[in-house]
Amino acid sequence: MIVLEGVGMTYRAESGPVEALRDITLEVGRGELVALVGPSGCGKSTLLRIIAGLRPATAGRVLVDRRPVTRPIAAVGMVFQAPVLLKWRAIVENVLLAAELSGLDPAAYRARAEELLALVGLGGFDDKLPRELSGGMQQRAALCRALLLDPPLLLMDEPFGALDAMTRDELGLELLRVWGEGSRTRKTVVFVTHSIPEAVFLADRVVVMTPRPGRVAETFPVGLPRPRTVETRASAELGALVLRVHETLSRT
Amino acid sequence: MKARSLRRYVPSLVLFGVLLLLWQVLPPLLHVREYLLPGPAAVVRAALDFSIPWHTHVWITTLEILGGFVLAGAAGVLLGVAIAWSAPLAAALVPFLVFVNTLPKVAVAPLFLLWLGYGVIPNALIAALIGFFPVVINTAVGLTQVDEELLDLGRVFGAPTWKVFLKIRLPNALPYVFSALKVTATAAVVGAIVGEFVASQAGLGTVIVNAQTNLNTPVAFASLLWISVIGLVLYGLVGLAARWWAPWADAT
Ligand SMILES: Nc1ncnc2c1ncn2[C@@H]1O[C@H](COP(=O)(O)OP(=O)(O)O)[C@@H](O)[C@H]1O
Ligand SMILES: [Mg+2]
Repeated sequence: MIVLEGVGMTYRAESGPVEALRDITLEVGRGELVALVGPSGCGKSTLLRIIAGLRPATAGRVLVDRRPVTRPIAAVGMVFQAPVLLKWRAIVENVLLAAELSGLDPAAYRARAEELLALVGLGGFDDKLPRELSGGMQQRAALCRALLLDPPLLLMDEPFGALDAMTRDELGLELLRVWGEGSRTRKTVVFVTHSIPEAVFLADRVVVMTPRPGRVAETFPVGLPRPRTVETRASAELGALVLRVHETLSRT
Repeated sequence: MKARSLRRYVPSLVLFGVLLLLWQVLPPLLHVREYLLPGPAAVVRAALDFSIPWHTHVWITTLEILGGFVLAGAAGVLLGVAIAWSAPLAAALVPFLVFVNTLPKVAVAPLFLLWLGYGVIPNALIAALIGFFPVVINTAVGLTQVDEELLDLGRVFGAPTWKVFLKIRLPNALPYVFSALKVTATAAVVGAIVGEFVASQAGLGTVIVNAQTNLNTPVAFASLLWISVIGLVLYGLVGLAARWWAPWADAT
């Protein structure tokens, strides 16, 4: 699904060039959930933006679905650390923004939007304004917006980073559910996080990046069985892997 | 809720009442003559003395203020949009607008009258000139202070620039525009009166000038009262419009 070959990125800042990424080579298979962890400023957001085609890489090659990425790719859902909802729009209208911006008829997606909102526990909040919802609920709405057009690829940049630990865990489970953990029509997900336990709990693979310029330090396959449950979080296997990722991260 | 919001006004009303009372009682005790400082009762009597054609004066001044306000609002929004829309336009316009804004506009008033003769239109133009700048700035700021991530969404969904402008930037700017319009409402009052001071045959500012030459101070104060009534009504209407069209701004 995603192929990165020797991807590098150097920003031309006023204070001089900033090398954010160097020689990233990575493949993400269709339906795979890959978590990216790395110190702050190592280029994780930059990498997501490159995959989405929002910014061209300054070196290397980026393929999504075998096609080189040269401009923003369609059919991608993005979730950021902040929900970035439109303050003046009701929740369901915010979800429908995805259709409107894509030039699709929002009326045709209303039923789907309501269905998604119900799926993440926001049934009955359709007509509320964002400020009437908690941060966790707003982030759920942002997730619905990303899922509305049923994109095969989800790019998530620390999506639960601003939430408290409990809401964060809850949303992690919810993400696995909408991702289609049990089914064969899973979306491909690249998930950036600061939390190693979260990365290990969610992912098929955890990619550890080095400090700037970001490179791939090591990749850990996660063998934990799916579907993952609350018990998975407490398992010794998960704990052991968290430790190994942690060691790698602190060595870089 | 209602009672509480009313109770908020009690301190200012009490202060207002006490000041009025002092104003009524103190001057006679201190033997201040009425042509220097008439009491509030005399002022109200003059304000309701319709042997003076108050309705004409109020009407003329209201026209000037409203004309200036609408002109300042329209020009301000257009210029703000131009600045936010295109960097070259911004580079061309901003220094010029800053220069215009640093001019002492009161000093420009006689020139306007020289060019345009006296009447409603030059005074409305002076009002507009005094009041337009905050609208330009706030419009431009409101249009550009949009989350980068929201703009990213626009890009990945392939939305054309005008659509992002219409659905994201413009509504985002509304509260900024309204808060500038509140400033403009007060500035327009100043502008209209300044224009009338310089040269005019009718209007509340003219009444003040004439009353001053005749030492008819109660009438001057009465005129001031009418001016402040117009100013308050306009300010209140802008506030109502803001609450109606940009209710989400209130909560923050
Ligand atoms: N637009 C930009 N211009 C210049 N430097 C940037 C820009 N965006 C990011 N950077 C720099 O690139 C590096 C990586 O940034 P980022 O991808 O946001 O890291 P992360 O998401 O891992 O915290 C940082 O050092 C940051 O300062
Ligand atoms: Mg980041």
